[in-house]
Amino acid sequence: MRLALVPRAQPSGWMALLTPVIAILAMMAAGAVFLAALGKDPAEGLYVYFIQPFDELWQFLMAPEGEGWYLFYTPSEVIVKAIPLALMGAGLAVCFRANVWNIGAAGQYTLGAICAGLVALAVPDAESHFWLVPYCLAGIAGGMLWAAIPAALRTRFNANEILVSLMLTYVATLLLDWLIRGPLRDPQGYGFPQSRDFSEGFVMPVLVETTRLHWGLVLAVAAALVLWVMMSRTMSGFRLRVTGASPRAAGFAGFSPAGAVWFTLLVSGGLAGLAGAVEVSANVRQLQPDIAAGYGFTAIIVAFLGRLNPLGALPGALVLAVSYIGGENAEIFLKLPKNATAVFQGMLLLFLLAADTLIRYRIALVRTA
Amino acid sequence: MDGDGRVLLEARGIGKSFGAVKANDDVSLTIRAGEVHALLGENGAGKSTLVKMIYGVLQPDAGEFLWEGKPATIRSPGAARGLGIGMVFQHFSVFEALTVAENIALALPAEPMRALSKRIEEVSRDYGLAIDPRRSVHTLSVGEKQRVEIIRCLLQDPRLLIMDEPTSVLTHQEAEILFGVLRKLAAEGCAILYISHRLEEVVALCSRATVLRQGKVVAACDPRQETAASMAALMVGEQVAGVEKPPAEAVGGPRLVLDHLTRPAPTEFATALKDISLSVAGGEIVGIAGVAGEGQGELMDAITGEARTAPGMVVIDGNPVGTRGPTARRRLGAAFVPEERNGHAAVGAMPLSENIILSHHAVAGLAQGGMLRLGRARDWSKRTRAEFDVRAAAGDPVAGSLSGGNLQKFVVGREILREPGVLVVSQPTWGVDPGAAAVIRRALIGLAARGSAVLVISQDLEEIFAICDRIAVIHRGHLSEPVPTAEMTAERVGLLMGGAHPELDEVDADAAAGEPVA
Repeated sequence: MRLALVPRAQPSGWMALLTPVIAILAMMAAGAVFLAALGKDPAEGLYVYFIQPFDELWQFLMAPEGEGWYLFYTPSEVIVKAIPLALMGAGLAVCFRANVWNIGAAGQYTLGAICAGLVALAVPDAESHFWLVPYCLAGIAGGMLWAAIPAALRTRFNANEILVSLMLTYVATLLLDWLIRGPLRDPQGYGFPQSRDFSEGFVMPVLVETTRLHWGLVLAVAAALVLWVMMSRTMSGFRLRVTGASPRAAGFAGFSPAGAVWFTLLVSGGLAGLAGAVEVSANVRQLQPDIAAGYGFTAIIVAFLGRLNPLGALPGALVLAVSYIGGENAEIFLKLPKNATAVFQGMLLLFLLAADTLIRYRIALVRTA
Repeated sequence: MDGDGRVLLEARGIGKSFGAVKANDDVSLTIRAGEVHALLGENGAGKSTLVKMIYGVLQPDAGEFLWEGKPATIRSPGAARGLGIGMVFQHFSVFEALTVAENIALALPAEPMRALSKRIEEVSRDYGLAIDPRRSVHTLSVGEKQRVEIIRCLLQDPRLLIMDEPTSVLTHQEAEILFGVLRKLAAEGCAILYISHRLEEVVALCSRATVLRQGKVVAACDPRQETAASMAALMVGEQVAGVEKPPAEAVGGPRLVLDHLTRPAPTEFATALKDISLSVAGGEIVGIAGVAGEGQGELMDAITGEARTAPGMVVIDGNPVGTRGPTARRRLGAAFVPEERNGHAAVGAMPLSENIILSHHAVAGLAQGGMLRLGRARDWSKRTRAEFDVRAAAGDPVAGSLSGGNLQKFVVGREILREPGVLVVSQPTWGVDPGAAAVIRRALIGLAARGSAVLVISQDLEEIFAICDRIAVIHRGHLSEPVPTAEMTAERVGLLMGGAHPELDEVDADAAAGEPVA
């Protein structure tokens, strides 16, 4: 006797849309066990992780009109965290749809931050926010450059883009490290590995006073919308969807597989680079070792949670952002290690992929002689 | 010893159905120790189904097997091996990254690698199957990989060895070596069930033959008393007759020309195209017959542009297009229907309207300024469905939800509606009910009558004889000279399909021996 996966005759359409919910619930259930194993009260733990971040949002919404804007701070922090995740998640959704597996968004994010940072550090007394235009373009270019390497190796030598893009992440981290310990180190920085602060012109302006909510939100929503229209209404998107669904049918249609690899890697790399530039500009304001490049891996979960639809990356990013904020709360209130958040996020991806598989297949007992 | 040994395996009244199709119907045969027993038949005759049941991969619906006179239920390949039945598949399963010895160890009970290597060397010496157990499998030629499979079977002391089209991937010399091994095995008392449609081989090697046609045993004979021609007639049957199509009235100039089309095999299981020349004129339908895997897919890819060749090897309406892709060829008025409808001619997960765009994006104004014109695509889809009686759910269902026959009508109709100057269609009515097949065939005949050149690649001889003006046969990547349908006989087609051009096989073997085998 053994277990086998048997394809279902008619995979249910609405179940496919429901999987993110199922996966989130399964993650919470497994998370409760995980918390209990750590000696914490599971109910309290889940509350801190997933409910507390919404506390102030609720109070904010309930507050009398015009008052309570100070209560918007925590909810706005969720959105701030979601911005780079959404930018990268939308790009990765397009990539994965075409069956191109860019796992190195983290590296492209870092290169985006480096290239944009070079622009910012080159103009130490910029005051106008128009400087953000070349700054962001440099970020996009940096991400594209880093993504072009796996694209070139894949199309020229058939090198696996998963491995190449993943490995380049570590190269990018080391490159950043070298730059801020060497050529870009702040001479007045007491020897810390960090660059000078960016001048005022390179700091992303906020949308809502008293919060850190910034214009990156507009970029993220715009990117998701543009990519969604591209995928559903244009020839380019059609090409990618066919390539992802059936490479042979794409060949029959006359679509070049190399074209899809280049296009999707450049788009997702460019958006990851933009995310790096935006995040550094809005929240870090200098180059330093910790510029949250780990978002690049979380964005993979965002893309899957959003059903590989660029618009879906927006809610997907919010869910993951909640887990980050909840994780910070858990560090403070429950004394949980920081890595616990990564465990929750990893379980989410695991359950998501498992649920997706179980929608297309059922488990059957197979008798073997 | 040939055939007078004791009975090893007896099949009595074996039946197996897949849905409405009877793949095996009341099949009985007897295999004796020490004989090389050929199983003959066209594609779809039920050969594979029968041996899969003998090897325990499938279970019969009716009838029984007797192993040495006792009823035996063969539940799994493991059970078959337990009885002493070994099988070498046509597409063998070896792990490229492992060594020969490691690959063989996977199929056997645990034993020290050193001892196993020694046994492998002994068997390979005894049977003249030269192989080094320490070599990595990815460095081996196809013929050597097959040796790994054979040695794997031999180490399990088989009493019945099933060989599924073993020579289809071998060069002439490798085949000769294999025949030597099989003769030696038979002389030692092992029975061999040899599946092939290469009749010359069967005549040379086998002492008995069972011929299947449409799932039934139609003849049992001694190949040594037969000729390749007489067995071809048994295989194909006499049913091929009745030309539905009136002869092409006014054959125009050539619209599709293949000129010495040559292309190496892209993978080791693929077939190289060898010097194929053919000209299809406006107004006529030319048919290419042949059993599966003789190069039809590779030929189709070279004609559609999914595989590229030298420019002049494929010419559409006077334009050399060998180096250009499918889109450029469609713009010149060509249209294509590949054999596999779901996953090649259509994307199952996409709605029908988007499947229209798949092959029409450059030729029917379905994309403008980079934007899809979904409304127009839906109109095309509606027209295709109406004119070709495609039955599917209302609205714009996904292609994968259509039945095979209806999807076939859709992918053929989609191309014919464009009124292409050149239409190349592979297996136009594969798996389609007779009514739908008639619709498709009439549409092909109508298209040719309006002046288009139509090339039909099909394994269905009845179809080829029914609708084609001229018939050629593809075998091992060679194409025979096309002959007017009226002058073609079933026997001649059968012989050509079985590869009865010795002069070509000689050339073939020499060429293969000269090439490095990847």
